[in-house]
Amino acid sequence: MTTPSLTEPKRGTAQPPAPRSKKRVKPMARTRRREAIALVLPSLIPILVLSVAPLVVGVFLAFTNARLVRHPDYSFAGLDNFARLGGNALFWDSLRIGMIWTVGVTLLQLAAAMGLALLLNSGLKLQGLTRVLALVPWAMPPVVVAIMWQMIYSANGGPLNAFLGAVGLPSDINWLGDFSTALPAVIVVGVWVGMPQTTVTLLAGLQQIPGELLEAAAVDGASAWRKFTAVTWPAMRPIVTSITSLNFIWNFNSFSLVYVLTAGGPGGKTMVPVLFIYLEAFKNREIGYAAAMGLVVVIVVVLILAVYLRSQFRTEDRAEKGR
Amino acid sequence: MRLLVRPAQYVALALYILFLGFPLLWLMSASVKSSGELNSLTVSLLPQEWHWENYTEALTRQGLLHSAWNSLLVALASTVLSIIISVPASYVLARLKGKVRIAGVGWILVSQVFPVVLIILPLFLILRTLGLADNLVGLTLVHTTYMLPFALWMLQGYVAAIPTELEEAGAMDGASRFTVLRTIVFPLLAPGVVATAMFSFVSSWNEFFFALVLLQSPENYTLPITLNTFVGGEGRTALGPLAAGAVLAAIPSIVFFSILRRKLTSGLMAGAVKG
Repeated sequence: MTTPSLTEPKRGTAQPPAPRSKKRVKPMARTRRREAIALVLPSLIPILVLSVAPLVVGVFLAFTNARLVRHPDYSFAGLDNFARLGGNALFWDSLRIGMIWTVGVTLLQLAAAMGLALLLNSGLKLQGLTRVLALVPWAMPPVVVAIMWQMIYSANGGPLNAFLGAVGLPSDINWLGDFSTALPAVIVVGVWVGMPQTTVTLLAGLQQIPGELLEAAAVDGASAWRKFTAVTWPAMRPIVTSITSLNFIWNFNSFSLVYVLTAGGPGGKTMVPVLFIYLEAFKNREIGYAAAMGLVVVIVVVLILAVYLRSQFRTEDRAEKGR
Repeated sequence: MRLLVRPAQYVALALYILFLGFPLLWLMSASVKSSGELNSLTVSLLPQEWHWENYTEALTRQGLLHSAWNSLLVALASTVLSIIISVPASYVLARLKGKVRIAGVGWILVSQVFPVVLIILPLFLILRTLGLADNLVGLTLVHTTYMLPFALWMLQGYVAAIPTELEEAGAMDGASRFTVLRTIVFPLLAPGVVATAMFSFVSSWNEFFFALVLLQSPENYTLPITLNTFVGGEGRTALGPLAAGAVLAAIPSIVFFSILRRKLTSGLMAGAVKG
């Protein structure tokens, strides 16, 4: 494996210069392949060791009864873990909560970001400020974001309750501590964090829509809504599809926000799967069982994405044929 | 009707600014409030008196400065590593056609879907076997690996923007590929490398999950982990210093992001629009 990287630079410097360059056309392909391998190898190794190998081992673990102890001693357990999972109502509950969290955040992110992107694209003032503001949430460490929102949501002396009180609404809500409000409250934070990036991407897409199309629609007397549904949305569909898929995965995988905000509480009402699996593995030390949960969760996510992407491509095909 | 559109748009924009900006303002305000004011039930955006000592207290608070130092070390090391590794690979990714490119781009996309829940357990076991769990070197390696896809993606965009004619001219003059890379491609790539490096630094500085799983001894904690330990029981009583610590932890990321704003936008766009 090390041969190309060792010989390549030497050969390069020893190569006689220009005159022969035309003759080298054929060997070039092979040289280029070797060069390519030499250049890519350094990135391949860490990737193989620290992301591909763990993935393989992770799938393997799911079929064992491994426990997180100092001297691990585990054996193949076949489908035992999965059978056990079937009866674990808490796990399925966390999957349900994870879906509400993921779908909720993803859709609200898209809606809010689309609104902001349209506003920013319509030539208002304050664009600079908004754009900077829109990127800050995304840059901040998730822990800081969570601490900040805990203060906002605070039941005593929090600004949100103070505001509600000032406008005459109930103002003694324990947002993160109450069974009914905890999940929505956490979802709002998720939207706050992820909206900026979506906005930036959508804005970039909006700016690629040819102005003539919208002008033509305006000349035809189309309303703003009609312009959006007839011109903007179809043109943006590919971008929306890709950003929605990515957001879906990111939101599903997100751990830090929920962990710091509520740690899954109150009463497991915000226990998303990643958190559930983390606790199962590192608190209960059941890593084989936890890996099985991980596998199930990954399969569910991939299936949902596949269905979504398929439906999107179908609509696009139909749109193509319709033209 | 038409006349109402603009004002309505400004109202909407103001609501967005409030939603995005208010939490930040509140955090900053809390960081200079006295604990008495923070615990009182009268709520005001601006502090009655400014208490800068929250910041000195945050800095002298046990562990905060030390874990900031740990974060800095890990972020710098993993940034340098990921850049060294990804610059050559990004060149290949941008220039070569065919299978190499498909495989590379494919992997970058797949890496976005990588199931963290499935990877973290074996990763922990592998690092523990290597004696690198609860170790800053181990965390650095993990951060490096998980930055690579995005670094590669950003950098290959910058490579693609360098005209191949420049390289061909160099090759005509008899320069080897490595000379061409060193004298022509890498210098032109410098701005892209800087942008990518800043992004990598921020990702590592902010990273929480891997650090939480891997690090067990408080002397190895990174800044996010230490901040989180303050959130619980103890933090409740000292909200001011906690807020100050949070502001300090956010500063490097925000500074870098404001510098990066444009570059990042185009990098992301490439990912979303072309991907």
